[in-house]
Amino acid sequence: MLKIDNLHVRVDGKDILKGLTLHIGAGEVHAIMGPNGSGKSTLGHVLAGRPGYTVTAGTVEFLGQDIFALATEERAHLGLFLAYQYPVEIPGVSNMEFLKAAVDTMHEKRGEPALDTVSFMKLARETCKRVDLDQAFLKRGVNEGFSGGEKKRNELLQMMMLQPRLAIMDETDSGLDIDALQVVAAGVNSMRSSDRSFVLVTHYQRLLDYIEPDFVHVLAAGRIAKSGDKSLALELEDKGYAWLEDEVA
Amino acid sequence: MPDLMHHILDAASVAAPQWLSERQNAGRRAWAASAMPTRKTEAWKYTSLHRLDADFAVAQPSVASQAELGFEHPALGGSKLVFVDGYLRADLSCLALPEGVELIRFADADAAQARQISQQLGSVADPSGHLFASFSDAALQDGIFLNVAADTVVAEPIHLVWLTSSREVAFTVNQRLLVVLGANSRASLVEQFDSVGSGTAFTNGITELVLEAGAHLLHHRLHLEAGAAMHIGGVHARLGRDSHLESFHLALGSDLKRIDVVVNHAGPGAHSSLNGIYLLRGAEHVDYHTCIEHAVPHCTSDETFRGVIGDSATAVFNGRIHIHPDAQKTRAQLNNRNLLTSAHATINTKPELEIYADDVQCAHGATVAQLDPLMLHYMKTRGIGAEEAQTLLSFGFINEVVNTIRIDALRDFLRPLLARRFASDPTLTRHLA
Repeated sequence: MLKIDNLHVRVDGKDILKGLTLHIGAGEVHAIMGPNGSGKSTLGHVLAGRPGYTVTAGTVEFLGQDIFALATEERAHLGLFLAYQYPVEIPGVSNMEFLKAAVDTMHEKRGEPALDTVSFMKLARETCKRVDLDQAFLKRGVNEGFSGGEKKRNELLQMMMLQPRLAIMDETDSGLDIDALQVVAAGVNSMRSSDRSFVLVTHYQRLLDYIEPDFVHVLAAGRIAKSGDKSLALELEDKGYAWLEDEVA
Repeated sequence: MPDLMHHILDAASVAAPQWLSERQNAGRRAWAASAMPTRKTEAWKYTSLHRLDADFAVAQPSVASQAELGFEHPALGGSKLVFVDGYLRADLSCLALPEGVELIRFADADAAQARQISQQLGSVADPSGHLFASFSDAALQDGIFLNVAADTVVAEPIHLVWLTSSREVAFTVNQRLLVVLGANSRASLVEQFDSVGSGTAFTNGITELVLEAGAHLLHHRLHLEAGAAMHIGGVHARLGRDSHLESFHLALGSDLKRIDVVVNHAGPGAHSSLNGIYLLRGAEHVDYHTCIEHAVPHCTSDETFRGVIGDSATAVFNGRIHIHPDAQKTRAQLNNRNLLTSAHATINTKPELEIYADDVQCAHGATVAQLDPLMLHYMKTRGIGAEEAQTLLSFGFINEVVNTIRIDALRDFLRPLLARRFASDPTLTRHLA
């Protein structure tokens, strides 16, 4: 599904990722943990092609294609989805228009028939229910004036509507209360399948109580410092990150 | 004396009732005494009038059918008056008027009506302060007086369409409208200016709105003229005690548009809200000059104009708020935001505050921005192509102002029309219609 080899990324003249290697197979759930500033969010942004993130070395293949040869929207068409830690507010563009534009484009690119308006509305409303978001949010500007939790659920809503092959969830759990966390976890779990993979970027072990990962990695100083199974997350919860940073240094 | 458009001035003297020819003469004297504005004239600093140097003929009546004219207009369900090249076309209009509403052509006015018109006409749009109001007087042969009786509530919008056709020769249209809303009456009015074809036309359009005590008006002035269909004109309003004016403005760009919106708060407790949009592309030019006069205490005004300027177009927004010494307890707000979608687009925006009273609240702001790269990127991460993302974002920028329109049929008419302005390819606006 995704093969990252020796990835180096520079942001604002600063090297953030320094030789990151990570392979993700189809159907797998990987959790990436790590201290602040270790490059967790950078990974998601560089995969999504955010301007200002410069790849200085390394390769990334997504479904057999060189990801850096593709524009941001082409990566999305191929099935890459980034759930933002800080979703962007777009005043004036309604959530519904935005979703319809995205879903229609996706169907078109995948050669699937377009959803008619009635089916689309029905799907959007059903999906709202699944992520526990009031339908009124469909009429509001994209993320405009949403609370932190509402923004995260709106990211989940988009993910469910777009049906990606690989979803990178950048701290989707941060700022969520336990009920909202369970909604997010249930959403992700319902989408798990043998041909869809997830990368859960998180600070806390808490999320992994609800979404069981196949692998847990610790990112420190721009590289994967340690990999293991879900027991690694518990160990980190117990011991913190300092010992790993010492190890990398 | 500026020699501009001498044909019009010659033609205007023909066979007008005496009260009209007196007004023409006064207009001519004012016009003759004025110098043509140049780029050194402060109010015309960013708008050149060189396109008016052509030899303009006087508009002749058109007999083109609705199909030949082929213009779009919203179905608003009420009275509709369609003028083609300045002449009322009864065959295209719906002339039935609601009870309490009178519509009088200046040329047909009887003595009593003429007196009534004379009293009000020019009392709001002052020809000595507005050059093109004096030109309007000078060329005045006809006009429309819309009189809403006191306490009348008009449910359906009154729709006035001014259309310029396309002819071999450049021609000019003098449009004049006087609206008087009697005390405690309520009405809504849509003024729509549009053009067909690529001919050169110049409309000088002056609308005066008089709101007597407690009157309530929803007013809309839509400038949809394109290409060489030019317009200079304005809306001049006088608000009586506790009256309420909501005025929506729209200008799509053309070779030249200059619109003055002047609102005089003349009675305590009056309120005005002005919302406006201008959308330009190519080498188009639009100039909005708004002036909010607060002459008396306890009035409020809110003004929001937004513009999206693309290609090498140039826009001007000059928003003046003038609070006179007696206008204590005034609350006035003015906001102008602009989006430049091209490196060659220009906006000259200037808020102008003159405040001579001390117990007032007055806020103003003007911004110029480009499309937000982070918003564009976010949309692309959802698979939306770059061009469609730009279209959605540009439309989103004005959508909040579009949503202030209270007439659903008008809003539904304008949304796809405006969306199309942001993209040549209709698939890019399919999610906005």
